[in-house]
Amino acid sequence: MSQSDAILQVKNLKTYFKTDQGLAKAVDDVSFDIVSGKTLAVVGESGCGKSVTALSIMGLVPEPPGLRAGGQILFEGNDLLTMPEAKRRAIRGNDISMIFQEPMTSMNPVFRIGYQLSAVIRLHRGLNKSDARTEAIRLLEQVGIPAPHQRVDDYPHQMSGGMLQRAMIAMALACDPKVLIADEPTTALDVTVQAQILELLRELQSERGMAILLITHDLGVVAENADDVVVMYAGRKVEQAPVAELFKAPRHPYTMGLFAALPSLKQAREKLYVIKGNVPAATQFPTGCRFNNRCPYVQDRCMKDIPPLEFLSGTAHGVACWEHENLVKSKETLLAEQLETGDLHGE
Amino acid sequence: MADTTHQSQGFWHLVWRQFKKRKMALASLGLLAVLCLIGLAAPFLSGEKPIYLSLDGTSYIFPNVIAYKDLVSMDFDGWKPGPNDHAIMPLLPHSPERSNLMDMLKAPSKEHLLGTDDRGRDVLSRIIWGTRISMTVGIVAMGLAVFIGVIAGALAGFYGGIVDTILLRIIEVVLCFPTFILILSLIAFLEPSIYNIMIAIGLTRWPDVARLVRGEFLKLRSADFATAARATGLSDFRIIFRHLLPNALAPVLVTATFGVAGAILTESALSFLGFGVPPPTASWGEILKQSKDNVDFAYWLVMFPGLAIFLTVTAFNLAGEGLRDAMDPRLRQ
Repeated sequence: MSQSDAILQVKNLKTYFKTDQGLAKAVDDVSFDIVSGKTLAVVGESGCGKSVTALSIMGLVPEPPGLRAGGQILFEGNDLLTMPEAKRRAIRGNDISMIFQEPMTSMNPVFRIGYQLSAVIRLHRGLNKSDARTEAIRLLEQVGIPAPHQRVDDYPHQMSGGMLQRAMIAMALACDPKVLIADEPTTALDVTVQAQILELLRELQSERGMAILLITHDLGVVAENADDVVVMYAGRKVEQAPVAELFKAPRHPYTMGLFAALPSLKQAREKLYVIKGNVPAATQFPTGCRFNNRCPYVQDRCMKDIPPLEFLSGTAHGVACWEHENLVKSKETLLAEQLETGDLHGE
Repeated sequence: MADTTHQSQGFWHLVWRQFKKRKMALASLGLLAVLCLIGLAAPFLSGEKPIYLSLDGTSYIFPNVIAYKDLVSMDFDGWKPGPNDHAIMPLLPHSPERSNLMDMLKAPSKEHLLGTDDRGRDVLSRIIWGTRISMTVGIVAMGLAVFIGVIAGALAGFYGGIVDTILLRIIEVVLCFPTFILILSLIAFLEPSIYNIMIAIGLTRWPDVARLVRGEFLKLRSADFATAARATGLSDFRIIFRHLLPNALAPVLVTATFGVAGAILTESALSFLGFGVPPPTASWGEILKQSKDNVDFAYWLVMFPGLAIFLTVTAFNLAGEGLRDAMDPRLRQ
């Protein structure tokens, strides 16, 4: 992916939090490019810094305790991090908008859906009240809400989760954004609704050619929706690849672990692979490679030095691991080893 | 939520439906509405100036509320319409301020339904005009307190940090003053007028509102919809006052209702002590003041203004309680 294609470039982003336990490096030296018309997925366990990355791009990290420790977020060449707040607000919700994980709580309970939609339309597009309402109805129709003329006067509590997420998407799309950040947009929804929402996002993307940053922990969602994938672990980018490449041949032990932990249709198994332990607290990341306390292939070097992200020669597949060239163990081998040692629950 | 008819019902719809089921609260609200009407219509209910006057062929509409140039020098005290004149008088043709030393301390009679005070002024007339003072002082003073309190509380809760610390210290300082003494000393420095009383009461009552609103905002600012509102590019000002504040208003309304009752009591107490509305303006507390020298026989000077204060304050408190219960989903009926 060449520089000119990228509409949004995140370069060496560092977002830290000051806590009583010390400095929490929630996002540490993360870089990626988002390209128009494509979907970039960011995956990782809870607490890996996915959401903080999204909030950093939106400029919604509360400061304090948040701390912009470094890096750049270039939108059409301008650095969002150093931009004055007023300019940033004009971009927020207009050029870059966001949909949230919990549709039920992301709408203001005291206002009608239509009012909340028109507020955004009026703010960024300067339409008058009645035009904004017409536009709100049109948007609701576009995201597939039945009877939009009536639904526009609903309060959030009168809608179901899936409907509200559609309304949230309508709100995010109100100003025809160039970048849409979707922070686990389907996590709070049931599976059938999940599929509908993702389908809707795909349709809207092909109509409008916007870039989507899809944040998720669901590899199934990634496989179906993403063009490129960034895998995050403990605030760092550990692997990056086009989606097919990553699913065919994951190279980082963490990514391999994630795939090994997926149930497979081919083989019926009683036990699934488990990555030992949990993501450490952001204040207590180990020195060296941050995965070293959970990694089955850990070497001495991993305990001391942080591995840089290296691209496999001639590909867009990058991996941050000292040992990635020596890793050949398959999912089956990993599980067999774990069964042998009886170490199934990460004890 | 089953919603077959598909009629959008807002929060206040639901609250009103609950409120209606509470008979005491509903009756109180009715009484308050009547009191407001009495206050507004005082010049038509009682006074010495006629509602309609035809004098020497010239007609005057509402000379009781409109000051006509021709009538400035006219003394309505004891005035009787001549053969060519015609006048429609208020229901109670007594001025609340006209003293009549011949009629001092008369017991209730046909002429003076609730008796007269120690200057011969009609007590019913004074109670009617006093309603105006009490309701105005209560509502305006509390309105001022809510205005200051909401702004201070919203800013403190939303921004936190240094803003919160400074505002909280100010609130604590104001709360430390013995309120009544503070108002007394404020009034002592300021000119005695109804506006200064409202300001003094308002300035001492806002911390309660501020603390309440601050608490609500601490909760609201981290709500998902606050983040979502910020993500749409709204300014802090719009987020605070357009998006978050409506979510915090319900408890404020309850506190304000109780606060009005408190403000009315404070005004009555001030007037009773002689620091209130300057004489000869009628006020419930001021009528009570008259009674303290004649309490051994003049029961009407104690009972009727006392009853007026009691009923009003109770009505505000009951209405506030009803409102609080109606908003609490756990107490839904």
